[in-house]
Amino acid sequence: MPRRDDLSNILIIGSGPIVIGQACEFDYSGTQACRVLREEGYRVVLANSNPATIMTDPDFADATYVEPLTWEVLASIIEREQPDAVLPTLGGQTGLNLAMELHERGIIGVPGTPEMIGANAEAIATAEDRQRFKDAMLEIGLDVPRSGIAHRMDEARDVVDEIGLPVIIRPAYILGGRGTGIASTPEQFERIAAAGIDASPIGEILIEESIAGWKEYELEVMRDRADNCVIICSIENVDPMGVHTGDSITVAPQQTLSDVEYQEMRDSAIACIRRVGVETGGSNVQFAVDPTTGRQVVIEMNPRVSRSSALASKATGFPIAKIAAKLAVGYTLDEIPNDITKATPASFEPVIDYVVTKIPRWAFEKLPGTSGVLGTQMQSVGEVMSIGRTFPESLQKALRSLEQGHDGLLAQRTLGDLSGRSDEDLLTAASVATPDRILLVGELLRRRVDLDRIHAATRIDPWFLDQMSIIVDEYEVLTTTQPSALGRRGWRRAKRLGFADSQLARMWGLSEDEVRNSRLEAGVRPTYKTVDTCAAEFAARTPYHYSTWEDEDEVAPSDRRKVLILGSGPNRIGQGIEFDYCCVHASFSLREAGFETIMLNCNPETVSTDYDTSDRLYFEPLTREDVLNVIDAERPERVIVSLGGQTPLKLAGQIPAELVAGTPAASIDAAEDRELWNRLCEELSIPQPPGGTAVDLDQARAICARVGFPVLVRPSYVLGGRAMQIIHDDAGLVSAMEELSGAGSLGREGGLSAERPVLIDRFLASAIEVDVDAVRDASGEVLIGGVMEHVEEAGVHSGDSACAIPPQTLPDWVVEVITAYTEAIAHRLDVCGLINVQYAVVGTTVYVIEANPRASRTVPFVAKATGVSLAKVATRVMLGATLAELRAEGLLVEPVSGHVAVKEAVLPFNRFPEVDPALGPEMRSTGEVMGIDRTFGQAFFKAELAAGNGLSEAGTAFLSLNDHDKPAGIVVARHLRSLGMRVVATRGTAEHLSRYGVEVDQVLDKVQDGVDGPTAVDLIAAGEISLVVNTPRGSAGRSDGEHIRKAASLHRVSCFTTVSAALAAARGMEESLGRALEVRPLQEHHRR
Amino acid sequence: MSEQHSGGIREGALVLADGSVFEGELIGASASVASGEVVFNTALSGYQEILTDPSYAGQMVTFTYPHIGNYGVNAVDAESQGAACRGVIVRDLARRHSNHRAELGLGEHLAALGIPGIAGVDTRRLTRLLRDSGAVPGALGSASEAELLAAARSEAGTDGVDLVSTVTTAEPYTLGSDASRRIVALDFGIKTTILRCLTEFGSVEVLPASTSAAEVLARGADGVFLSNGPGDPGILDHLVGTVEALIGQVPVFGICLGHQILGRALGAPTVKLPFGHHGGNHPVKDIDTGRIEITSQNHNFAVDADSFSGLGKQVRMTHVNLNDGVCEGLEVVGERCFSVQHHPEAGPGPHDSRHLFERFAQMMDGGR
Repeated sequence: MPRRDDLSNILIIGSGPIVIGQACEFDYSGTQACRVLREEGYRVVLANSNPATIMTDPDFADATYVEPLTWEVLASIIEREQPDAVLPTLGGQTGLNLAMELHERGIIGVPGTPEMIGANAEAIATAEDRQRFKDAMLEIGLDVPRSGIAHRMDEARDVVDEIGLPVIIRPAYILGGRGTGIASTPEQFERIAAAGIDASPIGEILIEESIAGWKEYELEVMRDRADNCVIICSIENVDPMGVHTGDSITVAPQQTLSDVEYQEMRDSAIACIRRVGVETGGSNVQFAVDPTTGRQVVIEMNPRVSRSSALASKATGFPIAKIAAKLAVGYTLDEIPNDITKATPASFEPVIDYVVTKIPRWAFEKLPGTSGVLGTQMQSVGEVMSIGRTFPESLQKALRSLEQGHDGLLAQRTLGDLSGRSDEDLLTAASVATPDRILLVGELLRRRVDLDRIHAATRIDPWFLDQMSIIVDEYEVLTTTQPSALGRRGWRRAKRLGFADSQLARMWGLSEDEVRNSRLEAGVRPTYKTVDTCAAEFAARTPYHYSTWEDEDEVAPSDRRKVLILGSGPNRIGQGIEFDYCCVHASFSLREAGFETIMLNCNPETVSTDYDTSDRLYFEPLTREDVLNVIDAERPERVIVSLGGQTPLKLAGQIPAELVAGTPAASIDAAEDRELWNRLCEELSIPQPPGGTAVDLDQARAICARVGFPVLVRPSYVLGGRAMQIIHDDAGLVSAMEELSGAGSLGREGGLSAERPVLIDRFLASAIEVDVDAVRDASGEVLIGGVMEHVEEAGVHSGDSACAIPPQTLPDWVVEVITAYTEAIAHRLDVCGLINVQYAVVGTTVYVIEANPRASRTVPFVAKATGVSLAKVATRVMLGATLAELRAEGLLVEPVSGHVAVKEAVLPFNRFPEVDPALGPEMRSTGEVMGIDRTFGQAFFKAELAAGNGLSEAGTAFLSLNDHDKPAGIVVARHLRSLGMRVVATRGTAEHLSRYGVEVDQVLDKVQDGVDGPTAVDLIAAGEISLVVNTPRGSAGRSDGEHIRKAASLHRVSCFTTVSAALAAARGMEESLGRALEVRPLQEHHRR
Repeated sequence: MSEQHSGGIREGALVLADGSVFEGELIGASASVASGEVVFNTALSGYQEILTDPSYAGQMVTFTYPHIGNYGVNAVDAESQGAACRGVIVRDLARRHSNHRAELGLGEHLAALGIPGIAGVDTRRLTRLLRDSGAVPGALGSASEAELLAAARSEAGTDGVDLVSTVTTAEPYTLGSDASRRIVALDFGIKTTILRCLTEFGSVEVLPASTSAAEVLARGADGVFLSNGPGDPGILDHLVGTVEALIGQVPVFGICLGHQILGRALGAPTVKLPFGHHGGNHPVKDIDTGRIEITSQNHNFAVDADSFSGLGKQVRMTHVNLNDGVCEGLEVVGERCFSVQHHPEAGPGPHDSRHLFERFAQMMDGGR
């Protein structure tokens, strides 16, 4: 069945901002889909609110709507674009839920409206509605855990009486397992069930027999219109059932099922996709297996491309999203060639001859108050994948890919001193799933604790434990052997088990260079193998490689001009998709300019690790050894280190200096080195907030004595404001310095030293913060890419702050001063490529806060707002082109104007109810959205809507402000009243508002005061408040405000924690409410 | 090469007839020199079935998946009583297995079966070599590289060798008590899973390969099954003669070697493939329905479908391998006679083609 010619115009729904459970894997799948459908000659309309994605590049669709993802907005887009079909299966749970909402409203998937392709409403409902799914599985003879559905607590209690505790509780229609939990006691049950009913958009929970501790598997299935089904990949979780699969260490292919059991599972997966009725495309089916009996039960199925399918695509080389898009428009699997072999069709099941390990990365250190315990609700913010020929090799590579300071399984340095802890103590600790559990298991194995005891405590399959103990055995041999005595076979055995040079260096007390040299003397070098979908049965054309330590190296470097691009590693708060966007753009622009591009990265969710993106892909950890090895194998002309965030930047000084493309490593250091930076600012007469650097408390106190409190304290060489704090007094300073000095969680990122001191600056209260992205070329011309004015005042991390292009309140002269300063700094640092400079404007003074000669988080936002592809331009500049040449070539164009673009951060607080959602200097946002419209108010309104903070004039606004913010609060309250909102406030705020003539409808008591009347928390819980404005009071501990903000977050009520944002919101409501949102594609915004 | 590592590792090597050397550690039964034709299989699971499949007689099997032995072995999953293959080549042999069905570790099982092997080999390099040059004679063991090379060079391989006689049953035996259908199976090296599939549809009398057509027909069975088996179909003229005499007399269903012999009996030649099909992931299209089935495959030879137009009987290709267009199935038009090159019984592999046994049953019941 060939391509459908009855369709010509297809709408793809993207997944919106990066949130926990839904990350850039959907940029990867969506980008593939856009590309494929356009290659097939379809007109593609894309809706996605996330400006940091590659898919929202105007080049990837015919009409790209960076608009809020709500059904109303999508209805407007459908009205305007009249698509023939909607493809909802590539935009994660968001895309699927929106499609269902549109369908229920009769906008798609009913006669006379756009067709739903990929999966229809019936199939989606069968897979997503837990009871329907369960019934469907029982109907076709598959086993499922015993369970029942409840909408009210009394129903819930009836169900649990029948099944018995422990049970697992899952809310319906949620992504990433939000609201899911295991209850072992009646008290836990009451709490989790009630929260689950609340979390589900339809107020429904599934209560299920707990199968915690069983083995967990996933199969990726694809089906075409002719009902051909294939399994692309099997995945086995190292962490047993009970830990969300997104939070589990997982391995592909499955390891411990015999063929008989595997084929039973395969049959079930295929029966499942057929019964659910996913007509075309990919689905993933999850299974649990009782390790003692082999009983297999179906857990769930996702009728769409998922995080696991992205992993499976990277693990096998089979591009699931790309093929899914082709199947959706009518092709059958046998009509599509296998990309990798070119000679065989896609209607086959990939086989691999290596082991893939995925390890998630969490951000608990940024979310104080969280327990750090893993469960059925996903909490990780990113992941790494590694490829090795064996599980031990792949596991150790994955562990070092995490960039969390451990260079392998036996990583005592990062766990701290465990010598004082008994085996029993460690076993108890390892029985709880945490990010460190794998390392505790390593330590237990090292202590020769019986493997069966470790299995009993962790329920990790004995095969995995034994494989890890092979690493331990080798470790013991290695610690007692000198490198000179190792011999070629000995070296090879160690490297084949994944031991890094750095790990060996630590064991032997040598430098990494000494280890490397003695290894090379022994003649042991890595070999690069190919990911080919067929275990070498056929010749592969696709240059997708990984290192291992074997006989034969399959890579034959070309003699073309080559550039190696170092990617950004696992997503984490502060370093995410924005940097992948930059790396991918670098690859695109260099390919266009005739270079051969080589990508090195270890993040399976990204577009950069799509083998189609660059000429060659190395799926490798971003460590010194792994990078040097690829440099040795490929001999690139230049290495790009400045587009992937701090990860590659930290490597800049560790590779030959002449290879660093663009800004020299010395300049990167000059910007980070406080003394050099101060001198530079002095020479240029650019004001800085007074401050200094300290490596201990005495030095820190001396600085504070000089500049006065409050001060901003931050470590050097970190992204995302890691551990950045505003300190108001000496006690705060003491605890901040303690945390930073290595005892705290930051210790694993390096701790304090003369090279990595703490930076302490006077904190500029009430300053307007401004971000600038610029490019300087070798001829000295500086291009100002974008000047962004932050909505929140200085003190809120720039990554968590909303910002606007063009600036909204800054006078022209300030922008001119900022431009001049930026140019001067870029010259002085001899920048060649991108530079980001942050300023704080106080009255008539423009202070420079910091400069970073690298790509910033805002580069993609600037590109979407101005139509200038800053990343592409900068990359070419780094390789020697001048801006003038790029202008002549047509790559560099004039920025567009006539609209306002607002970027807003998306925060993960609704997943972490124990965390105070107040914004501060430490970044906590996971993603971002963009609103673009004619005015600032309209753009801000859209940005809030897109970020999930929809604003409505209906209802009641609650204000609770600190004294500093009370004057501005009057303005906010006046605006809200004029919109017709009721205004309620805490006593102090109410008094202030009344004094200045703003009527307050109700005065609320503070939570901690008596129980006279209802508190704000009560009203929020009761659904009576639609908008919260609550500004935090300095550094006071658990305040009233914290309860209010947490309640707002929990109940998904829009909450502003700065007056400036509240003012912007009021403006947005005034300009947007009462009229339909106007939607416009980027292509129109960018029209010149 | 026979240096002993302190950890009890037996160092050894695999040497191919072309002189390629692969170093590793010896596993399974001890051997100073073991030789055979080196082939590979890309299945991710099912090592026990493969090692006990009589079709591997005369061969040393390379597993492309690096971890072998993870889930141990058990009595049920064996495809024959003993081991037919001459050696096993892996990247890593599991030290400890884990599966509720496991009865023994693979290492011990290999030793018990008398199969020598080698682990630690760059099996991907070996597979690429075999892919490009076809199956190659080789020798593995603790002997010197020179001795191993000599053994590899004097290894006969499987071309032109009658291996069926080494694996067929000596005496007839009957399985199953279901009297609804009586099936005769000619044992060229039959797999247990095939017998299991056949007994679902009737009782099965398994006869030695040398049984004459007259003796077969004298059984008065409802259908004759031609089994899988090892080696080169080109030299099995005596079996071809037997099958030729069965066509048209009784419903016939053949698998793998049985398919090749049926093809030859119909007059179609067999050809040696450049590197054979060895895995559990090959797409086969049913030409009549257009359906694609993922199949288990293990063959170096194939029936030449280009010859079908010039045969005495009207023969048509029913199944095609989508990877390379090789004939995967045939039927005789107007007769109750069909065969497939792949393994519908799986064991190991996907079950997509199991329905072919039902087709055989329907054919025995008078249908087509």
